[in-house]
Amino acid sequence: MSLIFDIKKFAVHDGPGIRVSIFFKGCPLRCAWCHNPESRSALPQKMYSKKKCIGCLSCIEACPENALQMTPDGIVTDCLKCILCGACVKACPSKAMEMCGRPVDEEAVLKLLEGERLFFEQSGGGVTFSGGEPLSHPEALLSLLKKCGDAGFHRTVDTSLFASAEIVKSIAAETDLFLIDIKHIDSSLHKKFTGVPNELILSNIRLVAQMGVPYWIRIPLIGNANATEKNISATAQFIGTLKTAPQKIELLPYHKIGDHKIEKLGGKIAANDFYTPDEKTIENYNKILLSAQLSL
Amino acid sequence: MTPRIDRLRKESYEAVPSLSIERALIETAFYKNNYGKYPIPVLRAMNFYEICKKKTIYIGEDELIVGERGPKPKAVSTFPELTCHSVEDLQVLKSRTLQPYYISDEDIEQYRTEVIPYWEGRTQRERIFSHVPKEWKEAYESGVFTEFMEQRAPGHTALDGKIYTTGMLDFKRKIQKHLASLDFLNDPEATDKQEELTGMAISCDAVILFAERHAELADEMADDLEKELADNMFDSESEIDRLTQRVAELRNIAKTCRWVPAHAPRTFQEAIQMYWFVHLGTITELNGWDAMNPGHFDLHLAPFYDKEIAEGTLTRDHAKELMSCFFIKVNNQPAPPKVGITAKESGTYNDFTNINIGGIKSDGTDGVSEVSYLMLEVINEVHLLQPGTSIHISKVTPDKFLIAGAKIIRKGFGYPSVFSPDTYVRELVNQGKSLEDAREGGCSGCIEVGAFGKEAYLLTGYLNTAKILELTLNNGLDPLSGKQLGLKLGKAEDFETYEGLYEAFKKNIAYFTDMKMRVNNYIDSMFAKYAPATFLSVLIDDCIAKGRDYYNCGPRYNTSYIQCTGLGTTTDSLSALKKHVFDDKTFSMSKIMEALKSNFSQDKGYEKLRQYIINNTPFFGNDDKEADDIAVRLFNDLRDAIEGKPNIKGECYHLNMLSTTCHVYFGKITGATPNGRFANKPVSDGTSPSHGADTNGPSAVVKSLGKLAQDKSGGTLLNIRMLPSMLKTDDDINKLGALIRTYFMLGGHHIQFNVVDTKTLLDAQKHPEDYRDLLVRVAGYSDYFNDMNADLQYDVIMRTANESF
Repeated sequence: MSLIFDIKKFAVHDGPGIRVSIFFKGCPLRCAWCHNPESRSALPQKMYSKKKCIGCLSCIEACPENALQMTPDGIVTDCLKCILCGACVKACPSKAMEMCGRPVDEEAVLKLLEGERLFFEQSGGGVTFSGGEPLSHPEALLSLLKKCGDAGFHRTVDTSLFASAEIVKSIAAETDLFLIDIKHIDSSLHKKFTGVPNELILSNIRLVAQMGVPYWIRIPLIGNANATEKNISATAQFIGTLKTAPQKIELLPYHKIGDHKIEKLGGKIAANDFYTPDEKTIENYNKILLSAQLSL
Repeated sequence: MTPRIDRLRKESYEAVPSLSIERALIETAFYKNNYGKYPIPVLRAMNFYEICKKKTIYIGEDELIVGERGPKPKAVSTFPELTCHSVEDLQVLKSRTLQPYYISDEDIEQYRTEVIPYWEGRTQRERIFSHVPKEWKEAYESGVFTEFMEQRAPGHTALDGKIYTTGMLDFKRKIQKHLASLDFLNDPEATDKQEELTGMAISCDAVILFAERHAELADEMADDLEKELADNMFDSESEIDRLTQRVAELRNIAKTCRWVPAHAPRTFQEAIQMYWFVHLGTITELNGWDAMNPGHFDLHLAPFYDKEIAEGTLTRDHAKELMSCFFIKVNNQPAPPKVGITAKESGTYNDFTNINIGGIKSDGTDGVSEVSYLMLEVINEVHLLQPGTSIHISKVTPDKFLIAGAKIIRKGFGYPSVFSPDTYVRELVNQGKSLEDAREGGCSGCIEVGAFGKEAYLLTGYLNTAKILELTLNNGLDPLSGKQLGLKLGKAEDFETYEGLYEAFKKNIAYFTDMKMRVNNYIDSMFAKYAPATFLSVLIDDCIAKGRDYYNCGPRYNTSYIQCTGLGTTTDSLSALKKHVFDDKTFSMSKIMEALKSNFSQDKGYEKLRQYIINNTPFFGNDDKEADDIAVRLFNDLRDAIEGKPNIKGECYHLNMLSTTCHVYFGKITGATPNGRFANKPVSDGTSPSHGADTNGPSAVVKSLGKLAQDKSGGTLLNIRMLPSMLKTDDDINKLGALIRTYFMLGGHHIQFNVVDTKTLLDAQKHPEDYRDLLVRVAGYSDYFNDMNADLQYDVIMRTANESF
């Protein structure tokens, strides 16, 4: 069953205009800098925020499996005992315990979008399906895309395109705009940082460009990973060979937002030396990319 | 920015607000010699004339627009006829940490010996407080409502375009005509009218004299300079050039001051100077709330600008310099100092002149002109505390103007705020104004709506809805003061249904609004009797035609507002009680009452209950039907309690929903509320959601607000805080524009933005010296963050910060 983990209204950086972003849970990539770690697993997960916890121990009282324990680091869940029944989440007064991942309720989604229609119309916005990897949920995604299309909403899919060509084709037929990430142009480095090689991704980008579906290219810019002139130039070169030009190329500078979520999931933050490149570097990369776009 | 503006701006920014006792001395001497000899309106006008005749005239170096209320920039007059500050008051004003006003010990001593003895027992404030009933006084002192007019005069108005086509001599001719046609045989009011009209005529002479004295001083200064130049006192050529140019400027100032305000202006500079003399006249005559306001200044100035540009007598740059000079002049006039409860609820130097830019013309077409864009540029460059500015975005307003305005909003000065003429014209028409008068109207002060140049729309004070709910839950007893303030309608635990509780709450609202209106009517009559504003009456239609004062039904429209505060807090509190006590029965009423009494004491285990309420209650501002229905009902019931109740001017009271800073004061004296708000913390401002209650983003906020029948009020206020990261690119600016447009399509009246991140605010608290010029939006106006008290700073920091993900 396909799960979503968040719906964000007034999303202004997920495509054109004012949008509603819907985040699917589950992703085949394991980007080392992932800022939505709760989106990786396709299964429901429990999140715990020590900051929000008031130490009332209601969750411990409520747990039928005795899986919870109060420690100096806050509540700790024994994963072997926990059956994800949600009793602790229900008992928590301060929303320190939250369940992440709920089934898609198409009717509710469409109703919510309908409520935002005025904003879409005024701003040229619409709905964006993001994740996780929306293409990992082709059936649920396709059904939602069709219904949104019938309702007249502009549909954007924010994806890594790590999926079969058949899936890309079928989704593309119901998509008004793709936001496509290129995380590294070098396949071995791509594999190093994301866990998968990039051949499939690049061939799917070619496919989308060939089909003539509007798309933007987005490059997360991570210092000590992909923020090198060599990578950006090679990426620009690749874009230059595409059949149709992207409408826009965006650089998304790295930020650490994912760290606290890893803690909430009970994980440990892996040591890394990623950093946000400075403004001048970003400007330089933008120039390189712009010339590639213009050459098309 | 030109070097001149840079210098003048710096001077204005650095000037220390001070008290000037000059006006009080002139007035006291005048009253001592003349009180009782003349009818009151004539006496008041003669008093005004005397001040204009004797006050110190100031023309600063480099100035192009001239005139100050006090003897120098940022020197504020006192108005002992309304409130006579005691020696202790003056010492407190001088030494308090926030918003001090400098005054010398010699001046305090002179005040003690010459001013205070005469006014003791004769002031308007004493007159009012000696009259008010005990229950009013107790409710007032306990923070159920405030009273605007207890130490400042009712003002709250803005001008239309007539002063740009009518000089004071023209007004005088009109006054003479009405004087000549008085019917002493058949009209029982003829004598009253004669006295009032005579006062108005004297007031016109007073401002002409005031201007003439500036002309004399300018000529004197020019003469002196010419003499120095003739004596070859300067070596450097550039200095000689500069001074020669200054002589020409001074001659031009003299020429301008001899022409306006006696005659209608002919040039862009004369038009600005005309308004400025009129502005100074009204704020010298009395200390009316919200100073004075030019209204749609760009609309009024556009014909002068266009004509002079076409004729080649004015350049765009010079026009901008003149406009900048005017902005600096407004900044030179801090609010008159307030004392007592009024100081607590309105602690700011800002005197709320709010210039309307853009909007529509009286025929409903687009009013944006080149002057509008020029003013936006001036806001960006000058950005001082005052004046406040607002952009007016109608359906017919071009996107170009909206985007240009939004780019200034992004700068984070807190202004301009944004208004919808399409909504406020409906508000004014709903109140009975003609469509044309409504379209000439706009917003003054914070967010209040009025028919400019034709209406007295008095804000009478704030109503603390959260406190009234607290009283209702305590059988009318105020837990803080221990006094029985409200009606005895039963204890909280006695209400068996939500409806029963709500009905009791409604009865208390009506009880207090009636109590307030009754005293307001008395205060209104005191101003009409003892402090008529004969100069202001010249400027507002139809005072001359009716022969009646601004305070005595002279204006075409006479509105009284009560401003209801805390819609968000009260809605959320009602929502919490309804859901958890009555619907779900999660908690008993007595448990909630215990929690409130203990201020959600953690030791007593009430933090868990508080968290449960915060996280499991439908709150206003989330486009949630359950909460929004409560807000709509509360809004309508507040309106029903106020709307249509007669004032003494044959018209009526209307609902207003602004809060200025009063939500902080009200919070201070209101115990913990059922929505999880701790005691002493601010209640919600205007019609904004409670702090942090809006968790679904700005689109949900404006949708919730859109459900209120805003066009049945005299104004609402919505504060939105955005992080700078949300407004980085031009594309982001377009989205901000779309948010504004959508809110106005939903019937929104006003929206304002704070574009600042929490880190900056926290850092500014720690290192105030590094953030002296950090302006933030309060509620209807901007203020320097470091001039705000800690509670108000907290209020701004705690507002939901919207950011992208």
